[in-house]
Amino acid sequence: MYQYNDFDAAFVAERNAQFRAQVERRISGALTEDEFKPLRLMNGLYLQLHAYMLRVAIPYGTLNGAQMRQLAMIAETFDKGYGHFTTRQNIQYNWPKLKDVPDILDRLAEVEMHALQTSGNTIRNVTADHFAGAAADEVEDPRPTAELLRQWSTDHPEFQFLPRKFKLAVTGSAADRAVIRAHDIGIQIVEKDGEIGYKIIVGGGLGRTPMIGKTLAEFLPKADLLPFVEATVNVWNRLGRRDNKYKSRIKITVHEHGIDDIRARVLTRFEQIKPTFKGVDRDLFAQIQQNFDAPAYRNAPVDAHTAMRLANPAYASWSDTNITAHKNDSYAIVSISLKKHGATPGDASADQMRVMAELAETYGHDELRISHEQNVILPHVHQSDLPAIYAALREADLATANIGLISDIIACPGMDYCALATARSIPVAQEIAERFDELKLEHEIGALKIKISGCINACGHHHVGHIGILGLDRAGVENYQITLGGDGSEDAAIGERAGPGFSAEALVPAIERIIETYLDVRSEKAETFLQTYRRVGMGPFKAALYPDSKASAA
Amino acid sequence: MTVIVTDSGFAADDWNGGFCTLDSLPANDCAGVDLPSDAEPEDLRARLDGLSLIRVDFPSFADGRGFSIAAELRRMGYKGRLRAKGHVISDQYAMARRVGFDEVEIDDALAARQPEAEWLFRANWTKHDYQARLRG
Amino acid sequence: MSRSFTPKVITANALLEGDVIYWSPEGTWVRTLSSAEVFEDEAVAQEQLLTASSQPAVAVGVYLADVAITDDGPTPIHFREEFRTRGPSNYAHGKQVKLS
Ligand code: SF4
Repeated sequence: MYQYNDFDAAFVAERNAQFRAQVERRISGALTEDEFKPLRLMNGLYLQLHAYMLRVAIPYGTLNGAQMRQLAMIAETFDKGYGHFTTRQNIQYNWPKLKDVPDILDRLAEVEMHALQTSGNTIRNVTADHFAGAAADEVEDPRPTAELLRQWSTDHPEFQFLPRKFKLAVTGSAADRAVIRAHDIGIQIVEKDGEIGYKIIVGGGLGRTPMIGKTLAEFLPKADLLPFVEATVNVWNRLGRRDNKYKSRIKITVHEHGIDDIRARVLTRFEQIKPTFKGVDRDLFAQIQQNFDAPAYRNAPVDAHTAMRLANPAYASWSDTNITAHKNDSYAIVSISLKKHGATPGDASADQMRVMAELAETYGHDELRISHEQNVILPHVHQSDLPAIYAALREADLATANIGLISDIIACPGMDYCALATARSIPVAQEIAERFDELKLEHEIGALKIKISGCINACGHHHVGHIGILGLDRAGVENYQITLGGDGSEDAAIGERAGPGFSAEALVPAIERIIETYLDVRSEKAETFLQTYRRVGMGPFKAALYPDSKASAA
Repeated sequence: MTVIVTDSGFAADDWNGGFCTLDSLPANDCAGVDLPSDAEPEDLRARLDGLSLIRVDFPSFADGRGFSIAAELRRMGYKGRLRAKGHVISDQYAMARRVGFDEVEIDDALAARQPEAEWLFRANWTKHDYQARLRG
Repeated sequence: MSRSFTPKVITANALLEGDVIYWSPEGTWVRTLSSAEVFEDEAVAQEQLLTASSQPAVAVGVYLADVAITDDGPTPIHFREEFRTRGPSNYAHGKQVKLS
């Protein structure tokens, strides 16, 4: 894992001192709320519906046991005993007090963490594949690249007052687990003729106008990364619209000017910027990379796992869903579900955080990851330790066997917390999960991603959900729109709207009708929901959703 | 009246060369030019040698185009004085200096609300600078 | 004008805690809707809104919210305002703790 050097530590301390002074100046009146707002946002602090919310960065979703313990301590000392893991691999605290925030930031700094640039019109926390460094299908670990980008974007003087937020995601695998095609810039590490480089995708994004990113560079030499990304952000900073916040993201700039025009501008700017990088960034990258060396894998028999699978059906079921192949044959990647049926997706109590920290320290080479799907990952676990991990997770109510299934739902905070929301999302997730658990259909249904957002901003990624749900306010009543066929993977697609929305009461029955239809029309059990949808199209689902409307059956 | 902020604090404006707009520049022999935040620095490329002061407008502190404009002017080789003018707040002082501005021009009301000490607090802008580390 | 005017309360978030607050008949900020002043006259509401907004060191994001007048006092018309009186619906850990 990356460890702060003296520079990083001094930087964060300095920023925290600045923010402490800014809070004091806001309270004293030297700063107006209008002026303070972008400053607090740059430090991750929002004012939400019921309270402030502090969003803490977990850069590229990687943290160690001590960091997780500190997050637990903060939840207990300054909040209400829990935290919420988000789709951008961050953690949010829902109840901090303004005057406590500088102290919280100092506590984070003790474990090399911060809340920098987790909000505001700036380059946000860089995300990455949550299986980075462990995945069997990886060209290269994306985290050193993400860390280099983190350092470059942190406090970048040109880019703190951009037209709008700017999100970067990096993956090292062709299989996209980081939704890079729905980011302002998505970066895929690729190999060409034995050389490692980057494929750069630009202009993806969800929100009011969802778009799948377009290829800006097919193969960028590694050494050109920072000047190229800087040129791209510079072009957008100058060109991006500031008159309408729904048109300010780079996806609109790319859409309005065309990808070829944008590419030409970026290349011109790149030529100008490139000489300002004298190669030190490459040395730094090499140093960063050493921080991410693979752990010292243990060589031991894996029989304990195999035996337990035979002996305990619940364990077998958990290991079927929650374990992914590791690049080392004796190891496994464990996904810890934060989606217990009926619980708030992505929430973990302080106690649960400590259990996960302890498991990472004892069995997981002290590594944890947060996935954009709001679960926690132990990326390096020797298979012989899986039974012990399972037992500990069960104790802590963390052994739900549902990764990738219908109840493994992404849900944004929605109107239970978020000031921008038009409807709630958490109760919808809770009801769907409970309903399908009750029906005992979850495993029969198989791989299915439901994603829920509480407003058009789409933090819950509903556009790329196999089933997407968007909560709206229709004349003062919550109303939910369903989209089908979205996909956040390397075959990214924006879901198609099924038709008129449903009331909160009618929503779960509507989802049930979709599922019944799928089970009915799938060609075989192995055909997933998404495959079925792609084969048969919207028709049968529409007919099931709107049985009274004759037109829809046509 | 306005106040000029530099690393040594507040001072009165010592520039008496006047300012032209981009449009009036060709017809006049100006040493100073005012650039709006949507200006294209490329348009000035041929004239940079004759200019001693370029003043970039910040209509709102949330409009960060001026930071990119300054960076581009410096990359084009402009060596003269570069000034940010308008709604720039003390918290942006380090950013302004790092992209190549020499000074910031603010009005008296802003100077009263954000006194000299708050700007001097950020006069250490050469420290803790990731860009300096990354570029060498 | 006042014939079609929906009754309103003035609400905001407290600067220091972020908590939902309401403007009271005494001209102070209170934590519960039941203690809020209800305006039935638009001109008075607008005038008080100005006064309430002039305390930036206490309240952030001051605005008028529609209410209905019932036997139990003012109740929110929009569900968003209803949540603001209570707290989140997933756990009882917001204002509802003190209310119940
Ligand atoms: S999608 Fe909307 S409601 Fe959900 S967290 Fe984002 S802004 Fe809030």
